[in-house]
Amino acid sequence: MIERGYYDGFGGAYLPEILVATFDDLEDKFIKAKSDPSFWKEYTDIMSTYSCRPTPVTFAENLTNHFNGARIYIKREDLNHTGAHKANNVMGQGLLVKRMGKTRVIAETGAGQHGVATATMAAKFGFKCTIYMGEVDVQRQRPNVFWMDRLGAEVIPVREGTRILKDAINEAFRDWVGNMDTTHYVLGTACGPHPFPEMVSYFQSIIGKEARKQIMEKEGRLPSRIYACVGGGSNALGIFKEFLDDPVELVGIEAGGRGLDSGRHAARLSSKDASIGVAQGYKTYFLQDSDGQMKETHSVAAGLDYVGVSPILAYLKESGRVRFESATDREVVDAMSLTIKKEGLVPALESAHAFVQAFKEAPKLSKEDIILINQSGRGDKDIFTVADAFDDPRWKEFIKKKAEEYNA
Amino acid sequence: MLESYLKSRLIEKKILLMTHIVLGYPSFEECFKIIKTMVNAGVDLMELQIPFSEPIADGPVILHANQKSLAEGSTVKKCLDFAQNVTQSFDIPFLFMSYYNILFKYGIDRFAVAMAERNMKGAIVPDLPPEEGQDYLNAMKKYNLDPIFIFSPTTPDERMNYLASFGRGFIYCVARKGVTGLDTDFSGQLNKYLERCRRATHLPLALGFGVKDKNDIDFLKGKTDIAVIGTQTIRLVEKKGVGAVGEFVNSLR
Repeated sequence: MIERGYYDGFGGAYLPEILVATFDDLEDKFIKAKSDPSFWKEYTDIMSTYSCRPTPVTFAENLTNHFNGARIYIKREDLNHTGAHKANNVMGQGLLVKRMGKTRVIAETGAGQHGVATATMAAKFGFKCTIYMGEVDVQRQRPNVFWMDRLGAEVIPVREGTRILKDAINEAFRDWVGNMDTTHYVLGTACGPHPFPEMVSYFQSIIGKEARKQIMEKEGRLPSRIYACVGGGSNALGIFKEFLDDPVELVGIEAGGRGLDSGRHAARLSSKDASIGVAQGYKTYFLQDSDGQMKETHSVAAGLDYVGVSPILAYLKESGRVRFESATDREVVDAMSLTIKKEGLVPALESAHAFVQAFKEAPKLSKEDIILINQSGRGDKDIFTVADAFDDPRWKEFIKKKAEEYNA
Repeated sequence: MLESYLKSRLIEKKILLMTHIVLGYPSFEECFKIIKTMVNAGVDLMELQIPFSEPIADGPVILHANQKSLAEGSTVKKCLDFAQNVTQSFDIPFLFMSYYNILFKYGIDRFAVAMAERNMKGAIVPDLPPEEGQDYLNAMKKYNLDPIFIFSPTTPDERMNYLASFGRGFIYCVARKGVTGLDTDFSGQLNKYLERCRRATHLPLALGFGVKDKNDIDFLKGKTDIAVIGTQTIRLVEKKGVGAVGEFVNSLR
């Protein structure tokens, strides 16, 4: 193994022997790409022509007035092609796949955003594509499955385990151990064995690089606090990384689900329910029992519904550099609703977790303070899930009528 | 020691048989019956898998067995208790196989103590390369247990030597890419790979992944020291019940 990738005891590369050579090759290609100045340029070029980079920061004037505290800015990752920050990582890894000469990509997906982004990248670069998605997620995110199908990807519903994101990751690994010669596994978040945590946060760091410049241009000073939701942790690390050495408080918000006391949540760093373990190739905090068996997690947002968390974030939690909070399903729907009405912005359910905590803290801050929220994705494309979360009666009526039409 | 036991057995037999079961699947009682049948049929050593919720190196059959066992309430404690019973009842070497988190959560040293107390001979931990396994290696050495390491067809010669420097007992050679339980092509390719494995270590070689009948085992005679039957017996128990195991094992030689 070339390098193991530890962050003060978190991370590592707990790999089956069959994959060691593949990871060595990936590490090698990644190091070469990183030290090649033309690579980052190639990356930013494609992100500015194929996606909408740089994505703007929006001053949320109405929300600022509403809370009568800190000035609220929103980093608009929702304006990326395919509607979320996932595109940043996927296009970056896609360029690496070209350098490695592989012809097929596989990926796991929870909410479906990473699956759609990977399928899109595969269509553009001419790769074959297989997406693993937990059966529960296939059911709650049908529109994303529809688009993956259209994009030419094969979507495989995973019926094992808890049938959500972690199980999809396991299945993707099982595919990879048989097909590594032709195939690259486009892991969607800053988790998994080294070099994935480093590599994914490297590509996502484009968010913070832009945001820092943009906020300095607009305000001439740094924000007091930055808020980002945390599933695996890629959008949070993406925006945090550039500010790690600044006097900026960084806040990660996890899925509180039905509440931290309910046992039905996905809060690994903000609850007492998680402990350090090793699974899916890396060491971090996992929601697991005393034997080390992974527990079921819950969130209204499929993209946050995961047992583990980036080892880099586990390290930043232990070092005290990042503060972790959680938001419940109910709070998330309220924050989303307020953002839609006040600003005409539709954050994804995942991203809305960050808004919840920002809204709790904004009124307590002074009008001199600036806060920045990472809107990691757009919510309008998840209309089925969002409509359910809002419990919208007219939507239900529409669906029933639509079903009757299909039955007729 | 496992190595000397295997080498003395190899004087009498051309190839040894190692079988694999998932503890608590279909139940601990059935597991005991399966082990009894296998030992009576002449199996030379066995790996007992402690189930884990995320067995990433295992294919659908063993994955399912892991999940079913956990759903039926298997715990690490039950597996250890069972192992105690097994090693007292049968006179062949037993190994634990599990994923690293099971050992890590139990406490590496404490787990090694538990193994030694139960007269288990060693362990196979497929997601623990030696680079990550310093604590494990120390504990295994301290209690005179054998850490079994794995070669794969993608492992370069140099790394085989490196892995062999940590391994004791025998080396587990994975026959091909992919997860457990898929078909393996027993052909010239495999010969070349096994020759590479042989050059890298003086330890006995076990070959697993896809071994399912007498033909496969005949092919392996003279090329490997131990043939590993994993998924195939689990499949058999699922289809025909525990009663079919004895006849199956007898049919292999």
